Amino acid sequence: MSTINPRSQALAGARIRERAPAEPGPGRQGARSGWWRRAASPIALLVIWQLTNVFHLVSATKLPPPTRVVSEAWTLISTSSPAYGGTLQHALLVSLERMAIGFALGGAAALVLALVAGLTRLGEEGIDPLMQMVRTLPLFGLVPVFIVWFGIGQLPKILLIAIAAVVPLYLNAFSGIRGVDGRLRELAQSLGLNRRETITQIVLPGALPATLVGLRQSLGVAWLALVVAEQINANSGLGFIINQGEQFNQNNVIFVALIVYTILGLLTDWIVRIFERRALAWRTPVGARA
Amino acid sequence: MSAVSTPAAAPGRTEAAVTVRGLRRAFGDRVVLDDLELQVEAGEFVALIGRSGTGKSTLLRAVAGLDTGVEGEIRVAGEPARPGCGVAVAFQDARLVPWKRVASNVALGLRVDDTKTAARRALDEVGLSERSNAWPLTLSGGEAQRVSLARALAREPRLLVLDEPFGALDALTRLTMQDLVLGLWERHAPAVLLVTHDVDEALALADRVLVLSGGRIAHQTRIAAPRPRDRDSADMIELHDGLLRELGVDTKGHA
Repeated sequence: MSTINPRSQALAGARIRERAPAEPGPGRQGARSGWWRRAASPIALLVIWQLTNVFHLVSATKLPPPTRVVSEAWTLISTSSPAYGGTLQHALLVSLERMAIGFALGGAAALVLALVAGLTRLGEEGIDPLMQMVRTLPLFGLVPVFIVWFGIGQLPKILLIAIAAVVPLYLNAFSGIRGVDGRLRELAQSLGLNRRETITQIVLPGALPATLVGLRQSLGVAWLALVVAEQINANSGLGFIINQGEQFNQNNVIFVALIVYTILGLLTDWIVRIFERRALAWRTPVGARA
Repeated sequence: MSAVSTPAAAPGRTEAAVTVRGLRRAFGDRVVLDDLELQVEAGEFVALIGRSGTGKSTLLRAVAGLDTGVEGEIRVAGEPARPGCGVAVAFQDARLVPWKRVASNVALGLRVDDTKTAARRALDEVGLSERSNAWPLTLSGGEAQRVSLARALAREPRLLVLDEPFGALDALTRLTMQDLVLGLWERHAPAVLLVTHDVDEALALADRVLVLSGGRIAHQTRIAAPRPRDRDSADMIELHDGLLRELGVDTKGHA
């Protein structure tokens, strides 16, 4: 029982040690101690969560303690259960595949649309009103329509994720392109840059910070869309596991799936942030004097 | 009073660096420049002063080819003014591209075979070669302006346009920068059009000081004194007060 907390701490420590060498420069030391401090409150939450069970404050069927969630996770990993569509890792792969295809489609569409709308007047007039409409669509209200149109296979799920991903990325990338400092455009003109050079050297790099903010928002919404899509007439995947857990009144199982979703969300956000730190190094001038 | 023409200042180049004829610029009903005439000889250092709102920046943008809404004729080294062609601008705010390292800022848009060498040489000249790999946001205000100067110089312009480049700097840095600009001007001999609100700066640097008023060049003063100039000499004080009077400033407290 009590072995779990030291173990998760050790895991957290291992992850930190993996991270640190990837960050050269003076920021490294500060980032490491920052992570330890940031880890304190989640660990405290885990401890309190476990204590609710130790002191019988909440019924374990309503709120299974971390230890039970972990052992349930192990069961789901080590045994293939027909009720849950196979093992946990199989469900994970199925979900990741949906997410990857849906997000790739939506993300690519968002970038292409933002470029066309951001760089041409005609594109803006043609595309932006439509995107503003899509933005106000209640995404999950589309689910029944999608079922009617596309059936209950892979397609409606992927499309739901794609549409979820399109909106924030498009909006941010578009406003990023349009928001590039007019003085820098004038500079480009005074240096005699042609249109292609102005776009590649000034406009696109200038739009990158906003685009990355959009990318992170898009990832967040796309994960939500995945959860929703998978709870409706799926027969495999993490959302399906949640659905089945509800059917069989297995809160342990639901918690395992929720935690896997959380980890996936954090992981993708973390990847974007790593990229952000590299690509936007000019904004954090601390390391630049080296 | 209106048309300004001067004998050639620098040897070797006979063609005027800038010729402006009948320049007019209106924003809506407001006419900012009206039938303006201006000539800057090759290698000549000209300062342009004027009260705020008199159109100094408008004239500067027109000469740099950045304003497509002007009427009249503007020729730089005999050719119609076109951005990036014979004219280079150092802006008031240095205007470095923040996501390009210092050397890449200098090399941006250079049309030579080896942009790296050209950028390095320009940075050497402003004494910033050791910062060539830095991000612009890590530079001090004076350093940023020196990079901006290097970027303009690397283009080997016939006309160097300086838009109050030292306005935002502290007094000490400004003096250093003025010396730097003089040194670069003497070495490369471009014509310089310096827009400034600082009469002392104009008198310290320029061959000729123009006063912009009522949409045209209303007055000009030629300064023959060799550089470096003693701003406390009787001649300079007289020129100084004369210019202030042209600008409509009461000078009774001075002299």
